[in-house]
Amino acid sequence: MEMETTGAQPGPANSGNGVRAPVTRRAQRRGWEQVSEHVIELFIRLCGISAIVFVFAIFFFVFREGAPILPRLDLWKFLFTPYWYPTSLGQARYGVGALILGTLSVTALSMALAVPFGLGAAVFVSEFCGHRTKEALKIVIELLAAIPSVVWGFIGLTVMNVAIQKVFRVQVGLNILNASILLALMSVPVIVSIGEDSLKAVPDSYREAAFALGATQWQIVCRVLLPAAKNGLLAAVLLGVGRAVGETMAVLMATGHAVNIPHSIFDSVRTLTATIAAEMGETAEGSDHYRVLFVIGILLFSITFLMNLAADLVVKGIRKK
Amino acid sequence: MQTADAARFAQTPFVRKKHRAELLARCVFGGMTLGMIVPLLLIIGYLLCQGAPLLSWAFLTTNPSSGMRKGGLWPALLGTVWLVVTALCVSAPVGVFAAVYLNEYAKDNWFTRIVHLAVVNLAGVPSIVHALFGLGAFVLFAGLGRSILAASLTLAIMTLPVIIASTKEALASVPLSFREACWNVGATRWQTIRRIVLPNSISGILTGVILQVSRTAGETAPIMFTGAVFFKNVEEGNLFAYSLKDQCMALSMHLYTVTTQVTNAPEPLPYAIAVVLLGTVLLVNAAAIAVRVYLRSRKKW
Repeated sequence: MEMETTGAQPGPANSGNGVRAPVTRRAQRRGWEQVSEHVIELFIRLCGISAIVFVFAIFFFVFREGAPILPRLDLWKFLFTPYWYPTSLGQARYGVGALILGTLSVTALSMALAVPFGLGAAVFVSEFCGHRTKEALKIVIELLAAIPSVVWGFIGLTVMNVAIQKVFRVQVGLNILNASILLALMSVPVIVSIGEDSLKAVPDSYREAAFALGATQWQIVCRVLLPAAKNGLLAAVLLGVGRAVGETMAVLMATGHAVNIPHSIFDSVRTLTATIAAEMGETAEGSDHYRVLFVIGILLFSITFLMNLAADLVVKGIRKK
Repeated sequence: MQTADAARFAQTPFVRKKHRAELLARCVFGGMTLGMIVPLLLIIGYLLCQGAPLLSWAFLTTNPSSGMRKGGLWPALLGTVWLVVTALCVSAPVGVFAAVYLNEYAKDNWFTRIVHLAVVNLAGVPSIVHALFGLGAFVLFAGLGRSILAASLTLAIMTLPVIIASTKEALASVPLSFREACWNVGATRWQTIRRIVLPNSISGILTGVILQVSRTAGETAPIMFTGAVFFKNVEEGNLFAYSLKDQCMALSMHLYTVTTQVTNAPEPLPYAIAVVLLGTVLLVNAAAIAVRVYLRSRKKW
């Protein structure tokens, strides 16, 4: 490595003025290649750090738009009161308590549905089915992940809305349950694919040892694989939660979009993400309302950042072992 | 086979219990997997049935008329193509080279760990926060205004981590011995990457890029405030009817507005739009899978 870089420096000089021998074509080519090698390496390094740059840029620009209102915003009132009246004349009130509760309730219920199904499907795909079925199922799961969130939202607005009204005999079908089912279907592919990866990462020798003792497949799964893969499975769940918290279009269309402290799963709510999506188009640039929406953005960014950090640390835990 | 074994070795109640538990677990897990897949098929079938009366070639190639209630979705389809292609031009090279850096150049130290963490976090940022970023950075700060360019750049940054992750996986699957052989005949790092590593991992890279296309095409939130508009009439049949500075319509946005803001739209219209959007995304995805399966079958090692 060291040799390569020191050898590269005289390159252009050699081919340029030809101190030693008359410049042959081969020497010229080598000189050019060494220059281009450096240029390309620099470019690759720049691209490499781009991810860091973008994460900081996202935080910076969202913060920059939201910051002017922060000194005037009572943080306690902002986070914990449920009074969201951003457009009332003279006395606009910005309390996102109800929105946070909305996000929490939808995420919690969707995870209660998605985690057992996701992990169950991950175990089935990884341990219980043959090679061909496995490949086919993985393709279907990939397609499930590809369905755009706006299409899910549309399904919630039309199919699920009517279905929930009929099955549970409630007035409004756009509620927590509706959005949670959609979110569960959306985050299951994430949970399955990462869960399956972590089950695959358990060494085969564990399975063979258990099998040699006469364990059935199910015993292997619950006594050997699940304990061995539990960090990976936890990371899968955390990433699923992150996806559910950040989802916008589906919850915008399916939750009913009413600022409301939920009392049952049939209540309409509103989430943080949906509020930004619905109201950003109608605010005047630079107004208080506009800036508060950016502050909600900072809040969302922080929540998902912590989720991802936690998932990453959990995964690191396995690797160290 | 199992019954023959059972006859030869007398089964204790314990073993019977064990096998019952096994069967039960298999059924439960299988059921859970089916529970995920069946709704998918039912929903796609239902959308197709409902949207069928409107689906035709003319639907794809005409402008919407009478307040979006009649006509087709040509400007939305074209707008989506423009957004995806522009985003791809930015994110594909940056993403692939970033992955090359992470897999071929980066040493295992704290800095690389931070880069990895940044990629993971970038993947986890909610799409609506990307929208706010696009609005703050590209539309306002960079002065691009609401345009295809601003929207595409937002989409590009959003899909960058997907490309990085899939490309990195593809690069990592090229055996180290290939590189060592190449270094031993005197090739530099970049020569090795260009002649050996990239050609051998092209299938994985391509799959990742195609998957990014499908994800970009379906996104709504990031383009809502950065470049997509409710309605825009463009010349029918002209692929270059938009320019980078224009605002555009997009399929995903079109579905959202027609469902939520257009009153008295004919019943099948939103279904037909949903079918077109879903069809586009799933076709692109299926293409990616086909490419992957084909190239993997030709792999020599």
